[in-house]
Amino acid sequence: MSDEVRIEVDGVSLPARKGQMVIEVTDEAGIYVPRFCYHKKLTVAANCRMCLVEVERAPKALPACATPVADGMKVFTRSERAVAAQKAVMEFLLINHPLDCPICDQGGECELQDLALGFGGDVSQYTERKRIVQDENLGPLISTDMTRCIHCTRCVRFGTEIAGIRELGATGRGENMEIGTYVGETLVSELAGNVIDLCPVGALTARPSRYTARPWELMAQEAVSPHDPVGSNLYVHTRGGKAMRVVPRENEAVNETWIADRDRFSYRGAYAESRLPRPMVRDAAGQWRETDWEAALQQAVAGLQALEPSRLGMLASPASTLEELYLFRRLAEGLGCTNLDHRLAQGDFRDQAQAPVMPGLGMAPAAVEQLGAVLVIGSDLRGEVPLLHLRLRKAVQAGAVVSAINARDYDYRFPLATDLRSADPAASLAAVAQAVGEISGKPVPRPLQAAVQGVSVEQAHIAIARSLLDAGSALVLLGNQIQHRRDGALVRALADFVATATGAVCGRLEVGGNSAGAWLAGVLPHRAPGGQAQTPAGLDARRMLTQPQDGYVLLNVEPELDSTLGAEALEPLAQAFVVCLTPFVSERMRQYADVLLPIGTFLETSGTYVGLAGQWQSQAGAARPLGEARPGWKVLRVLGNLLSLPGFDWSASDAVATELRQRLGAVGPVEPAAPQVLERDPPEGGLQRLASLPLYAVDSLVRRAAPLQATVQAQEARAAWVGPAEAERLGVTAGGRIELRTEHGRAELPVHVHASLAAGCIALAGGIPETADLGAWDRPVQVRVLAAEAPDLAETVE
Amino acid sequence: MSTELESPADRLSVHVREEIDAWVRQYPPGRQQSALLGALHAVQHENGYLTVTLMDAVADYLELPRISVYEVASFYSMFETEPVGRHSISVCTNLSCMLRGGDEVVAHLQHKLGIALGETTADGRIYLKREEECLAACAGAPMMMVDHRYYENLTLEAVDRIVDGLE
Ligand code: SF4
Ligand code: FES
Ligand code: FES
Repeated sequence: MSDEVRIEVDGVSLPARKGQMVIEVTDEAGIYVPRFCYHKKLTVAANCRMCLVEVERAPKALPACATPVADGMKVFTRSERAVAAQKAVMEFLLINHPLDCPICDQGGECELQDLALGFGGDVSQYTERKRIVQDENLGPLISTDMTRCIHCTRCVRFGTEIAGIRELGATGRGENMEIGTYVGETLVSELAGNVIDLCPVGALTARPSRYTARPWELMAQEAVSPHDPVGSNLYVHTRGGKAMRVVPRENEAVNETWIADRDRFSYRGAYAESRLPRPMVRDAAGQWRETDWEAALQQAVAGLQALEPSRLGMLASPASTLEELYLFRRLAEGLGCTNLDHRLAQGDFRDQAQAPVMPGLGMAPAAVEQLGAVLVIGSDLRGEVPLLHLRLRKAVQAGAVVSAINARDYDYRFPLATDLRSADPAASLAAVAQAVGEISGKPVPRPLQAAVQGVSVEQAHIAIARSLLDAGSALVLLGNQIQHRRDGALVRALADFVATATGAVCGRLEVGGNSAGAWLAGVLPHRAPGGQAQTPAGLDARRMLTQPQDGYVLLNVEPELDSTLGAEALEPLAQAFVVCLTPFVSERMRQYADVLLPIGTFLETSGTYVGLAGQWQSQAGAARPLGEARPGWKVLRVLGNLLSLPGFDWSASDAVATELRQRLGAVGPVEPAAPQVLERDPPEGGLQRLASLPLYAVDSLVRRAAPLQATVQAQEARAAWVGPAEAERLGVTAGGRIELRTEHGRAELPVHVHASLAAGCIALAGGIPETADLGAWDRPVQVRVLAAEAPDLAETVE
Repeated sequence: MSTELESPADRLSVHVREEIDAWVRQYPPGRQQSALLGALHAVQHENGYLTVTLMDAVADYLELPRISVYEVASFYSMFETEPVGRHSISVCTNLSCMLRGGDEVVAHLQHKLGIALGETTADGRIYLKREEECLAACAGAPMMMVDHRYYENLTLEAVDRIVDGLE
């Protein structure tokens, strides 16, 4: 092609494409050019000048990051002139740098330190005083030492270009220029931690791991994040078997070079106080005591053997590894128990027979960037799957038409073509379905006829329908909130029709990094591994907890937080024999459990996660399990052995995955069941609760990561959110306190007001202890005002 | 976060809003960032200096990230982000003025008013601007700017006369 050119670098002829910068060509060829401000994922700023190189016939050295290639160009990266220019820039950069490497967290992995070694002089010509920059408090995740900043603006560009939140900037001018927020505000991006990696010096470092380890003491172990189905690739940096910090592992197809703060800082939860270091059992007198593995396992086995398998309920966290999930399934099969599920966050099970083999996107995350149109329904994208939100943002920048149907404004960092505010997604989607039917001439299928009866189709619904029909490729994406809803089946059926009729793909997001793995492994009451129907079906997660069983096995589950039943989920546990395989112990667990078996967190086990596109990603296990905890799959294997179940003797976790693979291979194509008739429920009276799992409450590990819990986002989740109209009706303003009551229990929370919330709605997070006692998420809520206004700060200080 | 309920426009006077609107109209749609300098001038003219609240109001009114308003306001020396005196005096000390006695003018003013550069007299009358580079009046060096007016070919007597004439 004509845009092929050749340039010569240090005497070597290299191929290049027109429009490329010199540094891209040298990087591809493995020729090192020093740099600070250049980053392949960010725009070119060319403000550090460290990358100066000599170019033939150019009167002076040119920045390689901002010099486009030209055919026949001759570049010298190590010539006398180039090196002289690089050394001069280095001396300049160090004029104001404090050179405090011995007390700097970046020491040992600092780009400035490395380059100063290569290009810096021993003595500086500058004897003036160095400038001092006051530090800002950017929140619990990022430490600042701004005197070290060299003004490369990578952190600023990250906010503007990638995260879409411009929080950091360069204020002042010349020598007085400073990087910061100017007003000393905390960063609230869910991706803020990435500036730690981007900062080439020690100006921005990770606060939770500050001063705890030197880079050369750390071992980098590969891992996969279990907190959302993107499955971000990680390096866990360990010392002596302990996870000291987590950084991204580049994988263009999955997480590019980024990770969410949740992936980066959740590891702190593994060393929380509430970690369970040794097995514990409840003795005959009802007292808890620590014991050894053998005794604890014996007690678990004896208890389980005494139970009728049909009176047993088995629940697993969807953040578990595929191996744990499959062994959990095998345990259930061995015991003859079909009450098996991982869908604690699900509200409606009517359509489970129609579900696809597993949830997901139906396409690779990177393919999202190429879509022409997307309709998002019921998703706090930035909280549920932060990196998918980034892909959608890129799609919009490339021209995609993205619309959303949400109960509130979730502050997506891209403009929406149609932003439909609706607390009743079934009704809104029915109108879209009706519009799609009318425009495309494809009739709404019979089972859904009743649901679209009498809906009024408005301009917004038509606009959404047209955007999907007109696009070459489109996605209808159902968020976690649809999974939680009691009418989720109807929303899913409508979304399926809209997708089919418009030629779009229907994607489903579910809670947990490995819910796809749980579907595949058959941690379900109605399906075998691979998706084949299993009859008769056992009890689903909700029924297991509303119809008391005699015994339960919980795999890393905290029912009061993980279940859409809230603390109501604990009621049947009180009388039953309960075995918990868990990394943590809580006060509530002590009340309902009988045997506690300590298992490793995702940091401490080998295993596999199935991601958004159905891809399997495995890890070897990064850190040593704390105390006497053991990887979950080993504990399940031993349990199987002690129960004398056949075929429970794998020596490594990959053998477990291999067995599952073989079983899946033997399964033919699975036909989901035919759709059934679904109708819309009339909206209920009273305050309708909008509930979901907030960003930092998705699983047991995240819930214990202190730095994440100290963020603005976590604090904001511990509040009751109402719209201005509702606030006025209740007679309360932002910062006031209210008491909430349901038929199950009560809660007390501060009030926040959000302009986008409709009257009649109250947004109350699930997954947090503050709201657990309200019970099931779909209970109508009564409100009593405790304090109409924010407390007077002057008074509280005294 | 877009959780505030008060409309940002409420924090700007009608007059300021009209002036900002006029600036916005000068640029193509979607390029309202170009109106930022004009907007900040209008606000400072009315309030004397820029507060964070006012800068936030401008940011929200123009639909810009707040930090980008702080960046501009802190970059240009003609914007004040702290309270200052009624009259602002900037003496040029760049090359031409330096050669023609600009530094003496500064010393004289500091002595006369009893304040250092960057300070305001106790009666709130006069503010001596921190540091000013070439104001593009080299031909009339030494020079100073009082509020928006240039005074050139200064002598110390002329400085006295000008300063004493300020209310
Ligand atoms: S803080 Fe770091 S990333 Fe940001 S401009 Fe300074 S050196 Fe660059
Ligand atoms: S890397 Fe080229 S100027 Fe900074
Ligand atoms: S040097 Fe003073 S005006 Fe130019």
